[in-house]
Amino acid sequence: MTYVPYAISAWVCAVGLYGIVMSRNLIHLAVCLTVTQSSTYVLLLSVGYVQGGGPPIFKGVKLGTTSVDPVVQALSLTDIVVSVTVLALVLALALDVHRQAGTVDPDEIAAMHG
Amino acid sequence: MSWIPPLLVAVPLLAAAVVVATDHVLPRRVEDLIAIAAAATTCALGVVLMLRSERGDVIHWFGGWNPRGGVAIGIDFVADPLAAALAALVGGLVLVALVYSWAYLEEAARLFDTLMLVCCGAMCGFALSGDLFNMFVWLELMGVAAYALTGFEVKDIGPLQGAVNFAIVNGIGGYFVVIGIALAYARTGALNLAQIGQALTQSGSRGLVIVAMTLVVCGFLCKAAVVPFHLWLADAYAVAPAPVCAVFAGVMTDIGLLGVARVYWTVFDGAFAADRAAVGDVLLSLGVATALLGGAMAFLQRHVKRMLAYSVVCHVGIMLAGIGLLASEGLAGAADVLLAHGLLAAGLFLTTGIVIALFRSVDELQLLGRARGRPLLAALWFGAALGLAGPPYVGLFVGHSLIDDAASATGRTWLPPLLWIAGALASASLLRAGARMFLGLGARRDRLLAPEMKERPPARGTRLSVLAPVTALVVVLGLVVSVVPGLPQRTEAAAERFRDRPAYASFVLHGSPAVHGPRAAFALEPASLESILYGFGATMLALALAGWGLYRPELGGSRVLQPPARALKAVHSGVIGDYVMWLTVGTALVGGIWAVTLR
Amino acid sequence: MRIAAFVPALVVLFALLLWGFAGMPDFGHYRGPYGFVLERIATPERHVTNVVNATTYDYRGFDTMGEEFILFAAVTGVVLLLRGSSGSRRRADDDVRSDSIRLAGAVAPALVILVGLWLVAFGFVTPGGGFQGGIAVAAGALMLFVAVGYRAWSTLGDERLLDPIEGLGAGGYAVVGLAALVSGLPFLTNLFGPGVVGTVRSGGSAALLNWAAAIEVAAANVILTTEFVEQYIAPIVRRRR
Repeated sequence: MTYVPYAISAWVCAVGLYGIVMSRNLIHLAVCLTVTQSSTYVLLLSVGYVQGGGPPIFKGVKLGTTSVDPVVQALSLTDIVVSVTVLALVLALALDVHRQAGTVDPDEIAAMHG
Repeated sequence: MSWIPPLLVAVPLLAAAVVVATDHVLPRRVEDLIAIAAAATTCALGVVLMLRSERGDVIHWFGGWNPRGGVAIGIDFVADPLAAALAALVGGLVLVALVYSWAYLEEAARLFDTLMLVCCGAMCGFALSGDLFNMFVWLELMGVAAYALTGFEVKDIGPLQGAVNFAIVNGIGGYFVVIGIALAYARTGALNLAQIGQALTQSGSRGLVIVAMTLVVCGFLCKAAVVPFHLWLADAYAVAPAPVCAVFAGVMTDIGLLGVARVYWTVFDGAFAADRAAVGDVLLSLGVATALLGGAMAFLQRHVKRMLAYSVVCHVGIMLAGIGLLASEGLAGAADVLLAHGLLAAGLFLTTGIVIALFRSVDELQLLGRARGRPLLAALWFGAALGLAGPPYVGLFVGHSLIDDAASATGRTWLPPLLWIAGALASASLLRAGARMFLGLGARRDRLLAPEMKERPPARGTRLSVLAPVTALVVVLGLVVSVVPGLPQRTEAAAERFRDRPAYASFVLHGSPAVHGPRAAFALEPASLESILYGFGATMLALALAGWGLYRPELGGSRVLQPPARALKAVHSGVIGDYVMWLTVGTALVGGIWAVTLR
Repeated sequence: MRIAAFVPALVVLFALLLWGFAGMPDFGHYRGPYGFVLERIATPERHVTNVVNATTYDYRGFDTMGEEFILFAAVTGVVLLLRGSSGSRRRADDDVRSDSIRLAGAVAPALVILVGLWLVAFGFVTPGGGFQGGIAVAAGALMLFVAVGYRAWSTLGDERLLDPIEGLGAGGYAVVGLAALVSGLPFLTNLFGPGVVGTVRSGGSAALLNWAAAIEVAAANVILTTEFVEQYIAPIVRRRR
């Protein structure tokens, strides 16, 4: 039980990488990239969990009660923003590719460009 | 003096925001001026910081959150001479690129200027940062700006494909870094480089530290375009506009190597001090492989920008080999190679930009003889290409000779010849291209080179009164690096400090100032005879190979060379799935070797 | 051929990850000092009860500045990529004919935007903050698009209005940091007092950073949505006529 969240993170990362390598569609590829990224959130948040701890918000809660790590939550927030921005850029690129080439298949695009 | 480090990041970023905010209000020329002023300020501050940091590292804790009891609670910037010098180089090259693009690009000013300034600020931040997650943030910022700058010419499929490949490979590299950070954080509960390094000196969970090092190093190597993570680079650099390529090739690729060196010497050396050779040998082998592959691929290209891109890969390999020796002289050599190569590669890309603007072609064979009668351009091109080969006391020579000394000191006498040959290969391809373009020599067809491009570069501004002096300045600065008095000694002293993990940790976490020896003199020391011979030999080899390459179709040898050439080119297929496959293979290989040799 | 090389490498990488993770402390037994130290000092020193936001905007506020600029650069990049390659920007003639949507559109966006602003204002007290509130405001704007139709909304989502706002958000963050530097303190030091715990005024100048982030995130997301709507959806609407 104590190891399962970490194993899940590794599995999600592997699945995302597999999707990226075998993808035949740039939109699908962008989503697989997001999947790989989400493995990092799972990992970060599982690292910070404290058993029996509440959220690190102390309004109305006595100072010193057990709470989970706030730092990894801040890190995950940054990570999410990075993921959103890279996804937006790749989708914009995919749209432009479709406009120029009529296809979003990476293999076909490479064949056209040489 | 510690108010300077944040300015190196804040000034370019604030200028970028101002340019966007006032875009519909101010005329384009004023916005360009704001951008150029910001870049110039960054460069000047970088130089000041470099000079100041020679007396002692300059540290700045953001938000005033100084460490308490050895636990760092805030983020810091630590400026040592090598990092500050790199920041100054970043500012300088971005300044040059902005001035160049003022005359070169005709499209929307604000988007280009904004993204270049953001890139500038992010690179300075990455170089100076003392916090592992902060380094990741700047890595991603420079990446995001770079992807958009690569796809700048949106009316063609080429730039878009290059930008997509760039984005995906570097994105995955970034995620590997985050996994590595999570591992290190779980074990040590810290994000500050010095603090993690201190915590890792206690033994335990060896496997975790090995995997963390693998992931962080491989993530940075993706940015640095080391084999097998390098496949995206030629696609991206072949299509980005010339001033953008100058900045990318000059500093952005190399900054990944600074990341590797910084992370190793401040964090992981604590855990692996006894097994340094095992760590360094992997980096060394990757460096040699990258150098040789880059040189070979450069020779097989006819698209001039792709050729330049592979020569960048080649020199990145030389730098990584220098770092992989894990000695002060090797690190110093890598730093000097970075300086000279940054300037010369930028100069070559800028010259290519002028050629593209004048002749509307980027194909070596198509340009045969068309640039005849341009003595200034020819002089710049040949000067820079020779400087990359490193004849005695020109260009890359000083960096190469430091790496040679380090290699002989550690008994690896097989290393210098390989590195010099790789550099000669890259130079030879550039000399061959130059001879075709500017002198009209050579065969008109060559089946060994890549098939014909269907590309027609867009029209560009050709105000040579601005473009030529800027290019000339960069090339000349690059060539004289080897004769700057006192440079090797000071770089070596700086590298010695860079490697000193305990002193760094006590300075950052407890504020105890380090004691530095007397400043090195401004003397010009003669290099070893060995290096001079190597330099001379490499230049001769480069010229000979260039000559052979020019007339090769008539001299024969195709049947022997075609199959390996075709195999190499098939690997660089342009399909993103293949690139990520090689990325996975590379990471698994590096991790596997380290898991076996370091456990 | 790609699969043949990739699958073994992926298996090795997966095994390496599992091996590395085995060295971590058990799930639920976080040990490290960083989180515990911050939890202990955030409320007494900074009068802030939401320690996550104290970390984001104060202790690690410099990271957040970098992140703001990542959003800024990405939006600039998307605008560059999409505006540059589009053809003419003819406005579509679409009308929202359903009365119930119009009614909902009069009420829902206002509610959502209000909730978003509340999340931002009380970010240092209860869960919330600049990013979360900014996204909620942007979502409210998107709801407005659904309710009033493209033609009316494109006058609101005009680039001349949104770009300065976005630049203001990102630049504002840097300016607050520089203000501290100018007064002789390290970059991004708190300039005002810590404020009163549990109220809107807690947090000092980190509250300004909170608002700068909210403005930036809201403007950036509205720009992104506008660009994508214009490039993906508007042509479809035009083609249907």
